[in-house]
Amino acid sequence: MSGPLVETRDVEKRFDLGGYFWQQDKPVVRALNGVSIAIEKGESFCLVGESGCGKSTLARCIMGLLDLSEGEVFYKGEQIDRLSAKAMMPYRRRMQMIFQNPYASLNPRMTIQKTLEEPLRFHFPEMKNGEVRDKVEEVMTSVGNDPAWGTRYPHEFSGGQRQRISIARALMVDPDFVVADEPISALDVSIQAQVLNVMMDARDSRDLTYLFITHDLSVVRHFGTRVGVMYLGALCELAQTKTLFDTPRHPYTQVLLNAIPKLSTTELIHTPMMGEVPTAIKLPSGCVFHPRCPYANERCSREVPAGTTLDDGTVVACHAVEENRI
Amino acid sequence: MALLEVKNLGIEFPMRREVLRALQGVSFSLDAGERLGIVGESGAGKSIAAFAIINLLSKPGRINAGEILFEGRDLTVLDDNAMRDIRGNRISMIFQDPMMTLNPVLTIETQMIEVLKAHREISDNDARKIAVEKLREVAIPSPEDRLKSYPHELSGGQRQRVVIATALLTNPSIIIADEPSTALDVTIQAGIMALMLNLCKSHDMGLILITHDLAVVSQVTERVVVMYAGRVVEEGPTADIVTHPKHPYTRGLIAALPQEGTAGKRLNQIPGSMPTLDAIPDGCAFHPRCPHADDVCRASVPEIVKVGNQFSRCVKATELAEENSL
Ligand SMILES: Nc1ncnc2c1ncn2[C@@H]1O[C@H](COP(=O)(O)OP(=O)(O)OP(=O)(O)O)[C@@H](O)[C@H]1O
Ligand SMILES: Nc1ncnc2c1ncn2[C@@H]1O[C@H](COP(=O)(O)OP(=O)(O)OP(=O)(O)O)[C@@H](O)[C@H]1O
Ligand code: SF4
Ligand SMILES: [Mg+2]
Ligand SMILES: [Mg+2]
Repeated sequence: MSGPLVETRDVEKRFDLGGYFWQQDKPVVRALNGVSIAIEKGESFCLVGESGCGKSTLARCIMGLLDLSEGEVFYKGEQIDRLSAKAMMPYRRRMQMIFQNPYASLNPRMTIQKTLEEPLRFHFPEMKNGEVRDKVEEVMTSVGNDPAWGTRYPHEFSGGQRQRISIARALMVDPDFVVADEPISALDVSIQAQVLNVMMDARDSRDLTYLFITHDLSVVRHFGTRVGVMYLGALCELAQTKTLFDTPRHPYTQVLLNAIPKLSTTELIHTPMMGEVPTAIKLPSGCVFHPRCPYANERCSREVPAGTTLDDGTVVACHAVEENRI
Repeated sequence: MALLEVKNLGIEFPMRREVLRALQGVSFSLDAGERLGIVGESGAGKSIAAFAIINLLSKPGRINAGEILFEGRDLTVLDDNAMRDIRGNRISMIFQDPMMTLNPVLTIETQMIEVLKAHREISDNDARKIAVEKLREVAIPSPEDRLKSYPHELSGGQRQRVVIATALLTNPSIIIADEPSTALDVTIQAGIMALMLNLCKSHDMGLILITHDLAVVSQVTERVVVMYAGRVVEEGPTADIVTHPKHPYTRGLIAALPQEGTAGKRLNQIPGSMPTLDAIPDGCAFHPRCPHADDVCRASVPEIVKVGNQFSRCVKATELAEENSL
């Protein structure tokens, strides 16, 4: 296959925040402002960035769970963002999602067995009961879960156990592409390592491609092939994982890397980023990061920086980098 | 006298076939204004300990031993009315899942005003002012506008910040925070943790911080309780525990942390996983995963003993302390 498995081109997403119909400027959340990424087959593409920067929104746009305001989404070269529910069906099977919240994503009134059987029965109604049960057992075992959990209910499991059940559910229908939205952020370190291993094994044995959303950069380092750093609905840096950690180029990436919590014997000293916490309702002009950026100049406040491709392939949207000021 | 004293607490879940023991002999205390961390893997019983304190154990969970003394009063025998006066007022809780606190069909404003009105005589207008002030303290952008939002209109991180603001409304003397920042990105997490640290100091507010993130615990708390399979396995001053962990489980947790210089390498994971309640091993519950385990460990539950500045529930505590290795 040539070309990326999944691609977004200049995706924009706006949410209307109600308001009254006679109002001139109804509040609008500009959640995505022209995001283009291309995910190659076999990649573990990571998206990182501050809460509210649009990571989940981008994921939901890709999955067809939200209508785009502008732009296009492609799957194996086919445009999928304007498909009818029926035409979208085959893609719904090939693209699965693991959610941020292992508490809300499992139906509390359904046994684990039922939860796992449901997607199979939906996408493969012709499957026999015995085959369905075998498949559940195979997938549960492959992610390190005891198939005997089947008779129990979600509330009987701790967060980590539930998330491994969610992973199993996503893998039930043999997807090609899995979007994992903060799949391990609610889990302990040693369990995070295990779930990451489960996801990596599944990638290799089931030929998966991941879009992995997280705010934990230390996880990205272990898991990601490439990383996209987002800020306020825009992509500010896109690089190979190692390159990003060795030489973060965008000022925001540098702030992010510095904020990783470290084991220490002294109290947390926190130097807040300068400037107001930004909002996607009143988007800053020019570079959206400029009110908080120590390198900002007049051009930054006026002109939206376009992505510049550096020698090592890194794409950075920053005037200061482009002008060789940093 | 400690502000809160949990003494020998036992919690069980009577199931159809057997009685599951979720907590056994759990003791810890918290002084006014003190910051205590509770750490341990998924399923250790951290959340259950927290729920027990505010009398919100999920069915069929029940306390079968011990006392929970708050200002000398035993919370385990209080009636519902007296408990409501304490919960959400004197002791506030921030849950792992923000949607456990937020009602999806009410605006943030309605919910915050409701909390204040439940606990004191106050006009809507005054309550709204306090709400805005608290939202600003937790760095919610445009707090006046955001009051009109419904929870689903906020990102995961924004929702958790609203929950924290709600918990602060009544100026409680203890905040129990169950994984308050796992859903937040690092820059905001650092800000929130610094905020909670400062609030605790300025208001003499006690904090019980439940998390699996030892790095965060090390930067925020003064003492740590490490839990495993429903028991306290290590307890002591935070600085001592992160630099000289005594229990093999704590040592394993610290070794599993991604730190400076582990980039690209696999993380050490503790082999196996936390047992489920129906399969807690005899003797030291950690023995199947412990590199030092022998027959003595398998024979009976170790006592918790003092070693140096901390307490460790390990038969080899003294012996291991003499080795200089981490
Ligand atoms: N249904 C909606 N209505 C209005 N605004 C929304 C809606 N969904 C998301 N938003 C807004 O869009 C922006 C992006 O939200 P999104 O959930 O994509 O962020 P995120 O990067 O996933 O954040 P987090 O790390 O907190 O999950 C936020 O400002 C959010 O408040
Ligand atoms: N209602 C219930 N019925 C039976 N077992 C339960 C119930 N609620 C919790 N448990 C079990 O009690 C144990 C402790 O659960 P708890 O939620 O306190 O763990 P935790 O330490 O908070 O873990 P996590 O880090 O995943 O949140 C787990 O083994 C869990 O499966
Ligand atoms: S473009 Fe300008 S404002 Fe934006 S990050 Fe670069 S230097 Fe800072
Ligand atoms: Mg999200
Ligand atoms: Mg918990």
